[in-house]
Amino acid sequence: MTVDHDHQPGWIGEALAQAEQAEHDQLEAEGRTRLPLADREQQVLDRIDRARRRRPKVREERITMSHGSGGKATHTLIEAIFLDAFRNPLLEPLEDAAQLRVHDARVALTTDSYVVSPLFFPGGDIGDLAVNGTVNDLSVSGATPLYLSAGFILEEGFPVADLQRIVASMRAAAAAAGVHVVTGDTKVVQKGKADGCYINTAGVGVIDRDVDLGVARAQPGDAIIVSGPIGDHGITIMLARGELDIEADICSDTAPLNGLVAGLLDAVPGVRAMRDATRGGVATILNEIAKAAEVGVLVSEDQIPVRAEVRGASELLGIDPMYVACEGRLVAVVPGDAADQAVAALRAHPLGEHAAVIGHVRPEQPGIVQLKTAFGGTRIVDLLVGDPLPRIC
Amino acid sequence: MRFVDEFRDADKAHALAAKIAALCEPGRQYKLMEVCGGHTHTIYKHGLEDYLPESITLVHGPGCPVCVIPMGRVDDAIHLASQPDVIMTSFGDMMRVPGSGGSFFDANAEGTNIRMVYSPLDSLKIARQNPDKQVVFMAIGFETTAPSTAMTMLRAAAAGIENFSVFCNHVTIIPAIKAILDSPDLRLDGFIGPGHVSTVIGCRPYEFIARDYGKPVVVAGFEPLDILQSIYMLMVQLSQRRSEVENQYSRVVPWNGNPVALKAIGETMELRPYFEWRGLGFISHSALQVREKYAAMDAERLFQVPGVRVADPKACQCGEVLKGVLKPWECKVFGTACTPETPIGTCMVSPEGACAAYYNFGRMNRNRVAEAEVARS
Repeated sequence: MTVDHDHQPGWIGEALAQAEQAEHDQLEAEGRTRLPLADREQQVLDRIDRARRRRPKVREERITMSHGSGGKATHTLIEAIFLDAFRNPLLEPLEDAAQLRVHDARVALTTDSYVVSPLFFPGGDIGDLAVNGTVNDLSVSGATPLYLSAGFILEEGFPVADLQRIVASMRAAAAAAGVHVVTGDTKVVQKGKADGCYINTAGVGVIDRDVDLGVARAQPGDAIIVSGPIGDHGITIMLARGELDIEADICSDTAPLNGLVAGLLDAVPGVRAMRDATRGGVATILNEIAKAAEVGVLVSEDQIPVRAEVRGASELLGIDPMYVACEGRLVAVVPGDAADQAVAALRAHPLGEHAAVIGHVRPEQPGIVQLKTAFGGTRIVDLLVGDPLPRIC
Repeated sequence: MRFVDEFRDADKAHALAAKIAALCEPGRQYKLMEVCGGHTHTIYKHGLEDYLPESITLVHGPGCPVCVIPMGRVDDAIHLASQPDVIMTSFGDMMRVPGSGGSFFDANAEGTNIRMVYSPLDSLKIARQNPDKQVVFMAIGFETTAPSTAMTMLRAAAAGIENFSVFCNHVTIIPAIKAILDSPDLRLDGFIGPGHVSTVIGCRPYEFIARDYGKPVVVAGFEPLDILQSIYMLMVQLSQRRSEVENQYSRVVPWNGNPVALKAIGETMELRPYFEWRGLGFISHSALQVREKYAAMDAERLFQVPGVRVADPKACQCGEVLKGVLKPWECKVFGTACTPETPIGTCMVSPEGACAAYYNFGRMNRNRVAEAEVARS
C-alpha cells in the first residue's frame, strides 16, 4: 500500500478557497468584521444562510444524473447556466410558464420534455403525461391552455403499435383538457441513442382573468394548500420499474388541472400563487415559495394528505413523500382568510376532493421551510440533493 | 399506518419526555451516544431532540456505513469500475460519496458503468444478463448488510455464476465502539446500541462496555418512540447507578443474534488484519475480507487495486464528528464549503451521516424557534 499524504484533491482546495473568499467579500461588503458571537451555533447558521444566498456555480465538469432530479443540482444548473445566458425579465421569475403580452392579450408559454421509464405505467403513459404536464404548467400560471406542440424523438426499432398507443392517449388527454395539438416534429435516432420514445410538448394559453400569480407574492399569514394526496406518480413509476419487487395498488395521478384551477380562481380571486408539484415534489415548491418571497414556511406533517400505500412504499424505500413527484396535484398559496373558501372550491372538483391546508407562510426564518412532525418535533425541509436514494439500512 | 403510527405517537412521547426529565439529576450533564446512523436519521427526521431536556446531549456515533469509508477506497472502487468490461453495482448511498477525483455519479459521467441496486442479489441478475462482463458489487456496511453480501456469494457459487465478484468493504461495529471508548477526548454516559447490527450479532458483544467501561447500553429500534424509550431506559440505569446491556428492540433483536446470518458471514468472509476508517484511522481486526475459498469472487484478488491512501482534507473534521467530539456545526467547513450538494466529508453525504442529518433537518436556532412559537400562541 502506498501512502500519499501530500495528495490533496484539486477540487477540494478550490471549494475551500471559494467559500473562504466569498465569505470574506460578503463580510467586507456588509461592513462587518468577524466578531465572535456569544452563540456560536447561531454564527454558523448565519454563515450557512449567507453561503446559500451566494450565486450558484456548477462545480462538476460533466452533467450527472443529479442535474435532472429537480433538486438543488437542477436549480444550480438552471441558474448558473441557463438563466445566466438567457437572462431577461420574462424568464427571471422561473415560474412554470412565462407570461407575455402579445398586443393586448396576456399569453402564457411553456415547454416540457418527457423521458419517463417505463413508457406505460398504471394510470397512464408518456403520452397523457406529456399533454397533462404542459396543460398543468399553463393552468397554474392562471392561463386557459389552448394549443400544444408535440415533438417526438424515436429510437430506431421502436414498435409502431406502441407509438400509436401513446398518440391515442395524447389525443384523449388533449380532448379531456380542451386543447389541440397544432404543430409537431419527428426525429429518429439510431438504436441505443435514445430509450424508445421521448416527447417534448410546448403550450400556449391565454390569461383572460385579472390575476397576477407568482410564488414571490406569498405573504406572512397566507395559507398553503395541496389539492390532494401527494407522491402517487413517483411511487407508481418506481414500482412499475419492477426493480423493487413491491406490489401496491396505486396508480399515477396524471390529470389535467385546468378545470380544478378555474374553479379555484373563480371562488378565490386573491390566489397568490400556484405550482404543480412535479419533479422534486411538494417540498421543492415550498422551498421555492420561501426563497422567492423571502418568507418562512411552516407545514404540519399530519395535515399533508398521503395515501397509505405511498407512505408504506416510501417507508420501505427510505424516501420522503414530500419529495416524490405528482402529475396531477397543485400547491396553492392563498390569503389566510380565504383558506376555507379555497379548500371548499378545490373539494368541489373530483381532482381536489382531498384538498387540505398543510401549513402557512410566516415572517420568521425567511427562506426556510420547517415541518412540524407528526411525532411532535420540528425539522427543516430542504431542497432535495440528487435523486431520492433509498437508505441501505 | 399500522406498525408505524403506534411508534410515532406524540402523546406517548410527551409522557416519556416527562419521565426522562424527572430522572435528570440537577446540575448533571448527560452525554449519550447513538452509535447507529439510522438512529441519527430518525432523531433529526422526527425532531426528537425537541423532547429532551437541555442537560441531555445526543452524540452521534460512527455507525453510518457510508461515512466511515475513506476516500482512497472510493478511488479504488472507481479504478475497478474503470477496467474494461466491468459493471459495478452499489447501494444508492454510495453513489455521491466523493473520492479524490469525484463520486460514482461523476465517474459515470466520465464513462464508467456503476449501477444502483437495492439488494446485492440484483447484481446476480445483472451478471446473468451480461455474461461477457464482470459484475463487481461494491460491498459496504456493518454486520447489517454483510449477511446479504454473504448470501449473494453463496447463491452465486451455488448457481455457478462466474462473472460476479465483491469489492469487500464490510466493517464491524465493536472495534469502532472500542476505539471511541478508548479515545481520551470524549466522555460518554451511555450508549443507544445499534438496532439492525444487533439483529445479526445479538446483544452479547456489548457486554464488555457495561462490564469493563461501566457504561449502560440499550439496544434500540428505529422509530422515534423506540429511541425515546431507550433514552428513558438509559436514564433509569444511570439514576440507579447500574450499567447493563438492555434490549429495547426485543421485537426484532434476539439476545444471541441470528446464527444463520453469522454462519453465512463466517463461511465467506474473515477478519482483515487492519482497515482504514475515515476519520478514525487504522483499526485492527475491524473489517472483513473475502475468504481464500471464495477467491474467485474477490475483486481485490481478481484485479489490481491501487490501494492509494488519500489523506483527508485538512479542513475536514469528519473524524471528530464521527467520534462525537465535535457537533456537526462545529466543523470549520460545515455548511459553507461542505454541503450535501457538494460534500467534502462523508458525514455530509449519507442521509444517515450526522452532518447531512443536521444540515437537512436540524439547521435552525432552537431559541429562535421557541420564541416564534411563543409569539404565535
